[in-house]
Formats: sequence, C-alpha cells, structure tokens
Amino acid sequence: MDKLFRSCNRPMLPSGTRRQAHDMRQMVRGMRKPLALLAAGCLALSAFLPSLGTLEAFAAPKSDDTITLRVCNWEEYIDQGGWNADEVIDLPSGDILGENSLVKDFEDWYQETYGQKVKVEYSTFGTNEDLYNMLTLGDTYDLICPSEYMFMKLISEGKVQPLSEHFFDTTDEHNYYIKGVSPYLRKIFEDHEIHGEPWSRYAAGYMWGVTGIVYNPELMTREEASTWDVLTNPKFRKRVTIKDSVRECYFAAVGALNHDELTSEAFLADPDYKEKLESRLNDTSPEMIDRVQDWLQGMKDNVYSFEVDSGKADMVTGKVAGNYQWSGDAVYTMDQAEEDGYKLEFAMPDEASNIYFDGWIMLKNGIHDDPAKQQAAEAWINFLSRPDNAIRNMYYIGYTSFVSGGDDPRILEYLDWNYGAEEGEEDTVPYDVTYFFTGDDETVDPDYVLTVPEEQTRRQLGAQYPSTENIHRTCIMQYFDDAKNQAINSMWVNVRCYNVEHMPWWGWGLAVAALGGILWLSVQKIRRVKREE
Amino acid sequence: MRFSRKNLGIPYMLFLILFVIAPLAVLVYYAFTNGSGQFTLMNFIGFFTNPNTVGTLFYSLAIAAVTTIVCVLLAYPLAYILATSHFRAKSVIVMIFVMPMWINFSLRITALKEVLTFLEGNLAMHPFLNAVIGMSYDFLPFMILPIYTTISRLDRSLLEAAADLGADEKTAFWKVTLPLSMPGVISGVSMVFLPAMTNYVVLDMLYNSTYIMGSLIGSYFSAYNWHGGSMIALILLAFICLFTLLTGTGEDANPRGGSAL
Repeated sequence: MDKLFRSCNRPMLPSGTRRQAHDMRQMVRGMRKPLALLAAGCLALSAFLPSLGTLEAFAAPKSDDTITLRVCNWEEYIDQGGWNADEVIDLPSGDILGENSLVKDFEDWYQETYGQKVKVEYSTFGTNEDLYNMLTLGDTYDLICPSEYMFMKLISEGKVQPLSEHFFDTTDEHNYYIKGVSPYLRKIFEDHEIHGEPWSRYAAGYMWGVTGIVYNPELMTREEASTWDVLTNPKFRKRVTIKDSVRECYFAAVGALNHDELTSEAFLADPDYKEKLESRLNDTSPEMIDRVQDWLQGMKDNVYSFEVDSGKADMVTGKVAGNYQWSGDAVYTMDQAEEDGYKLEFAMPDEASNIYFDGWIMLKNGIHDDPAKQQAAEAWINFLSRPDNAIRNMYYIGYTSFVSGGDDPRILEYLDWNYGAEEGEEDTVPYDVTYFFTGDDETVDPDYVLTVPEEQTRRQLGAQYPSTENIHRTCIMQYFDDAKNQAINSMWVNVRCYNVEHMPWWGWGLAVAALGGILWLSVQKIRRVKREE
Repeated sequence: MRFSRKNLGIPYMLFLILFVIAPLAVLVYYAFTNGSGQFTLMNFIGFFTNPNTVGTLFYSLAIAAVTTIVCVLLAYPLAYILATSHFRAKSVIVMIFVMPMWINFSLRITALKEVLTFLEGNLAMHPFLNAVIGMSYDFLPFMILPIYTTISRLDRSLLEAAADLGADEKTAFWKVTLPLSMPGVISGVSMVFLPAMTNYVVLDMLYNSTYIMGSLIGSYFSAYNWHGGSMIALILLAFICLFTLLTGTGEDANPRGGSAL
C-alpha cells in the first residue's frame, strides 16, 4: 500500500464513525453555550434531590471485590475498537489493531494484572465549562480529563487528589506513563506550578496540541497565514473565521497586539525568551483587556464569523480562506479536503502559538482516600499510556498523545509509518522531532529525524508534531482567576453584543413606536376589561 | 384510596412543582443573590446600565419584530387565499407549507445556508438580513396555521350580510374579515415573536456573530456567572409575560369577535 496515500487518509474507520468522532470533537475546548433552561432545570433538581452520586451509593452498595471507577472524558476522545482487519497498523515491532474498546480492554487487563475486578463507569462532557458546572452541581467522578486551564483551576480550588509516589516509580513495569511520557512535555508539567506545586504532582497528560491557521494556499500565502494579523487583514475581509471561544480570541488578540516585539530579533534572541513570552501572552492587566476589546471589535467586523462548529466544514467547502484551529481539528480538516481533491495547509503564527494539554486528574471527593480506588485510577492512566494504546487513540481521534514511548520504539515507528517518505520518493526533507522524544530542543539526534515528503512539513505532520522551531514559539495560557475571569468575560460580552450607543436614529424611532404600541395595547386591554365588567 | 379526579391530578401536580415551580424558584433565587448568597439588586441594575446588554435586548427585539412583520405579510395573504378559495386540494397546499416543520430544524437551516450562499455570495456580509430570513423560514408555519384556521372558520353569512347591506368585496374584507381574523394573527404573532427573540442557533448557523438574548444567557453560564445569567432569563420571562398578557386573551369568548379593535 502506498505509504503517502495512507498518511493522507490516515484513519479509515467503519463508514461514518470517524466523521462522527470529529463532529463531536468540534466542541472540544470550545465555550459552547449551555442551554440556560436546562441548567435551571438541573439547578432545581440539585436543590431538591440529593446528588446523583449519593443516590447511586444508596442503590448499589459497593461489594468488596469490585472497584467502581467513574471516569469522565471528552466526547469521542478514546478508541472504541471495532476496527476492520485491513486497518491494522503494521509496525516493525508488531501489529496494532483495536478490537474492543479501550474501556473493556482496561477492565480485562486490570483483572489479569492485579487480580481484582474493576468496573469503569464511563461518561463524557462537551466543554471544560460544562464539566465544571457539572461538578458544581454535585456530579462525582474519580478521574476526569480537562484542559490545562481547567485542571489548574480545580487544583487551585483544592479539589484534586495528588498522584501517589508509586505512580512515578520507573522500576514498576506497569508504570507506562512515567516510563513513556515525552520528556519534553514532562518537563513542562514539572516546571509549571500552581500555588508552589508542579502540575505533575496532580495531573498526567493525555493529549496535547497547538493553535494555528488552516489556510487554502491558492487564496492565501503561507506568509499571510503565519500571523494573528491575518484575522484583521482587510484583504481577507469576511474570508477568515475564528473559534467562538473567549480564551482563543484573547490569545490571538494579545499576540497580534504585540506583533512587533514578539517578532523582533532582539526578543527572539533573549536568553529568557520563554519566560518573557509567557508573561507577554498572559498579560491580563486592565489596560491590556481594553486594548484586546478594541482589537476584537475590529476583528469582529473583519471575520466571517465566530464559529462554534462550522469552521472545518467551511474550510472544506471553500466558503473561507483561513480558519483559526486547534491542531487536532486542523489535521481532520486537511484530511477531509484531501478526500475532496484539494490541499489545505497549516501555519503557526510567527508571534506565538498557544500550546494546550488535556490531562487526567483524580478528584478528592471521588477517590475518598481509598487506596484501592486510587491504584485503579492510576492504572487507568498507565494503561492508556501504553504505546500501543496511545497509538490506537491517536489513530482514532487524530490528536497527539503525550506518550513518546521511552524504551518502546513503537511511537517513533508509528510516526514513520504514518508520515515517512516512500523509498525512491522525490522532494523529501529531513524532519526533526528530537525535542519530543528526548526533551532537548537544542540538539538534533539523527535517531529522531524522519525523512518525509516536503509538503508534509506544512500539513498534517506539521500540525501533529510541530517543528522544533515552531514549538519554540509556543506558550501556555494560564487560567484566569475569578476576578480576571469576570473582567475578561464582560469584555467578551461587550465585543459580542450590539452596543445601544451605536443604534441609528431610526432604531430609536422604532423603539419609541414599539413602546407606543405596547401602551396602546394596554389601554385597549384595560378598556375591554372594564367594559366586560 | 378512591379513584377520584383529585387523585388523578397528583402526578401533574408533582410535575408542575418539579419542573415549573422549582426551577422558577431557583431562577429567582440566583437572579437576586450574588456569589456569596446575599440578596442583591446589582444583577438587575447591571443589566440596564450596561449599554451592551441593553443593546442586545433592542437587537433581539428588532430581529423578532422584523421577523414577525415579514411572517404576517407572507402568511396572511396566503392563508386568506387558501381559506376563501374553492380549490379542492387546498388542505394539501397548506400541508406543503407546513411540511418543513416536520423536518429537523438544524437540517433545514443548513440547507438554507447553502441556498443563501448561492444567492448572496458571502453570507457574512448581511448578518441581520440572514437572521431575519432564517427565522422567518423557520417560524412561518406557526403563523400560517392559526390564521388559516381562523379565516376558514369565519361565518360566511356575515360576508353575505355585508354584501346585502351594500358593502363591496374590499369594504367587506376591511370591515369584516380582517377584524374577525385578528385573534388568529395575534396567536400567530405570539408564537413567532417570542421564540425569535431567543433562538440564537439560527444566528450561529447563519454566521451572525452578534449576541441575542439566548446567546447572552449562555455566555454568562459559560463564565460560571449563574447569577447574571438567571437575571437575564428572568427579565426575558417578564417581557414574555407582559407580551402574553397584552395579546394572549384576544380570543376571549367575545360574541362580537374583534369588535374591540
């Protein structure tokens, strides 16, 4: 089978499954609007009933031999199995095929390995904000998988159970996470702190990605796409879209507002580049919020829309020339366009990109200091981090796993299987991913340099495993504390709402007429009621 | 226990308490408290002092008003022609107009999006127009049906009497048919106007990025501000109550029909 072809149409799930998977993924990380009424209904229920968790505890008293693990993950964020035999991933180290769902495989594996039965109650959430509201309303879970800003918020609120010491013991052969996690990402989790403690004490990474612009090279040059200013570029008036997400918009705005400094050679050469970049992009001072509001208001007039879930389809159907996307969705968009016979590309802005993570955390009110339960929860993380399972997940959901494999060569083999150039193929270039496998982003280890078709560096591969140069220009966006969150949200409402001060004179005329109409109706009504009496 | 009418009502009573009264109580509670649970009017004052939230109210009202007017203008002549014609297949025609209602709403709007893109080119250039077109397309059946029903039930002898008394067809329409069909129009208006104020999905799908009341409420809940969100929901509810109060009882058993008008 032609390798390039395979790399283009990577996952070939039973018809519909993959598309559906990605339709659900569209909600990922977005601030989708919850239905207010539904929320109100839930509030009512929560006020008058004990929480569902308590009810469950009454209904099914725990038997001693079975551990129940309540897991809540993003929708369609785990391999469900059921692959056809011809979908097998034939790596040099062995074949990988998803027969059963990973949840089922975990239950079997746990009993085999630890001799104890575990039952996984698997549920899903749509957005980080939904998850947070669910927890506030009293849902209890043992393990959840929010994005970094949400687990930061939960850690800072003291709701998260730290990982055990045993979890970090590399001598245990079943500790796949600590043995296999990418050293580059592991360092990020160790270096970033919340209240003086590193993230890694509480969170184990699952998937990660970056933000950038998917663009149509026939309508937009790579140079034009490689900056946040593309969103306000009048050349693409009503031809670019952006996510309907306050965090993504804020990041883009700050990046664009600092364009000159961030792209200056002096700044790039600064020895403290990373720290400075992070402090610039996380500027939430009132002045910056005001500037962001102005920028976003201008951008609102220039963009096609703030899309909830239509951006990918609009790229594929050609309604827009560029779309601000998460790398996992960008891969999907490019795959889809390829099936329709044309090629889209992915660019990361010159200023800086947002690097984001989805990670597993254990909740205190679920685990309840029960060592057996905590062991099962940590085993879940480890099982999903086993390289073959990580590959199954990547193949199924299109996002990039945290796992680089450690001593296990299969992740690297998968990369080569997926993106490597065919023998004798022309126009190939070396592509260095040393940073991901060794954590060292300064030296190049020839073991981790792939030979790939040149165009892949601008396409799926460049989105899934950004080049060393691009990864250098990424930074993490911190969570907003309550006060900041309120300020930024009211800024966002100001951007999105129609300002009454902009209302034209005839608008006021209509309003007065409508008011008059209401008064007239009231008078009529009163007169009628009086007459009937 | 005897099987009485009173006992039959118990499940409905429970339903009302659980799904109407209780949520409303929670809504009111959240609307008038702040983050630490103390009573406050700040949510209410905040809504009416922020030019952006007030603007959203106006914008929603404008979309809803224009949509309603468009629907009345389209639906009334159609309903009138169908109801008064002697065309045998008229119920089939009514069905054809109402049929889209049976198709999933987001599917219809997706189709409309493609049609409008074909007609207009770039959809994002006319956000207000698209919102009105989308809403009108979506809600038109709710306007046609009540008007059609009212006009077809009109007592034809009233028109004959008008003719006997010397009114020509035009006068008879303005003096008899139109006033007597007003209850249908009013019930159509209330079925179109109110949902059109909050149905933000249409705007989202047709690339209008300006918030209306529905999306504004959602944004407050996404930012964990349940208090502000509840207050806006409550203000909207007050509007709807006022509107229903003013128009809703237009169909009172009044022997002279729309004579009050």
